[in-house]
Amino acid sequence: MNKERKEVLLSPLDKKNPVLVLVLGICSSLAVTAQIKPALVMGISVTVVVAFSNVIISLLRNTIPNRIRIIVQLVVVAALVIIVEQILKAYSYEVWGQLSVYIGLIITNCILMGRLEAFALGNGPWDSFLDGIGNGLGYTIILVIIAFVRELFGSGSLLGFQIIPQSFYDAGYVNNGLMIMPPMALIVVGCIIWVHRSMHKDLQEK
Amino acid sequence: MESLNLFIKSIFIDNMIFAYFLGMCSFLAVSKTVKTSVGLGVAVTFVLLITVPVNYLLDTYVLREGALTWFLGDEAASVDLSFLSFILFIAIIASMTQIVEMVVERFTPALYAQLGIFLPLIAVNCAILGASLFMQQRNFPNVGQATVYGLGSGLGWMLAIVSLAAVREHMKYNKIPDALKGLGITFILVGLMSMAFMGFMGIKL
Repeated sequence: MNKERKEVLLSPLDKKNPVLVLVLGICSSLAVTAQIKPALVMGISVTVVVAFSNVIISLLRNTIPNRIRIIVQLVVVAALVIIVEQILKAYSYEVWGQLSVYIGLIITNCILMGRLEAFALGNGPWDSFLDGIGNGLGYTIILVIIAFVRELFGSGSLLGFQIIPQSFYDAGYVNNGLMIMPPMALIVVGCIIWVHRSMHKDLQEK
Repeated sequence: MESLNLFIKSIFIDNMIFAYFLGMCSFLAVSKTVKTSVGLGVAVTFVLLITVPVNYLLDTYVLREGALTWFLGDEAASVDLSFLSFILFIAIIASMTQIVEMVVERFTPALYAQLGIFLPLIAVNCAILGASLFMQQRNFPNVGQATVYGLGSGLGWMLAIVSLAAVREHMKYNKIPDALKGLGITFILVGLMSMAFMGFMGIKL
């Protein structure tokens, strides 16, 4: 794998992170981060859908008329999302229930349209596949970080296992119920962006 | 009475942005000035008002298990097409926004000039698809309630984006740490507004 390809694969994890820098895919991501498990499943589903839709659109890019490309993209993405949804429903029904409508909302996740428009329409299938995997992983990482903070402080557990020992609760420690409510997801993202931009001075807005 | 209840609930308690984070991308990108955010808010409300009832009819008479019996007779009672709902909903939404765009352009050019750039964007706004999916999940008894739900969600979304834009216009003059400028502070701001909206939770009408 040469240097350019490596760049395509790895830059979305940090410098070109879809959530923190490009502000894509916030829509459905915040709601699934109250616990790590649904966040992880959501991240993997998005990675799969981005990677394969990138490949398909990249293969079709010379035959799609420019005027109707949005509809074509939506149909390709919707078909892939239906496949993912049926698989989840069949093999992990519980997580499917937790994610509910947010699986369907992968269709309108801005990461997909953003990558299809910005990358897949102008690059070959292999590059597009790597780009999709990279962006999907960049998205997953952020989701897992948010879910880590929220699950640890909100429920005292990680991936469903109790982390904060019972003796703490006996001594009067209480879970922060606000952490699993919607507002804290936004504030945690705000703080992650703060830290990220403090590390990368060139990303700061004037 | 039930409709009024649903209307108020969908604006304040089940607010699209503050409770479900739907439509965040355009919410963050377009909320820089009040004027444009009002334009986008009106466009979203308009499209929701049309797509939710249309998708409701589609769901009730075509997709649901046994929904086709009115057309094909009793042998269709076991047909369940609900796995197709994503692709059909998004197709309806994309074509509806296209029709709305053409109608608005034909009859009210002034409104079109204002909404013009936003209308095509709406097809990929999560709030629109989200409202249809929530509608499917909640099993509303008739098309009237689905319409009320669509209108209420749209107005709630508009309320959120206009109020955020109003705050952001004033924030220009404040001193904010460099790394937090722009996106970071906006997220925290939306979080605080969302906390305020949590106060409506648990209200029973």
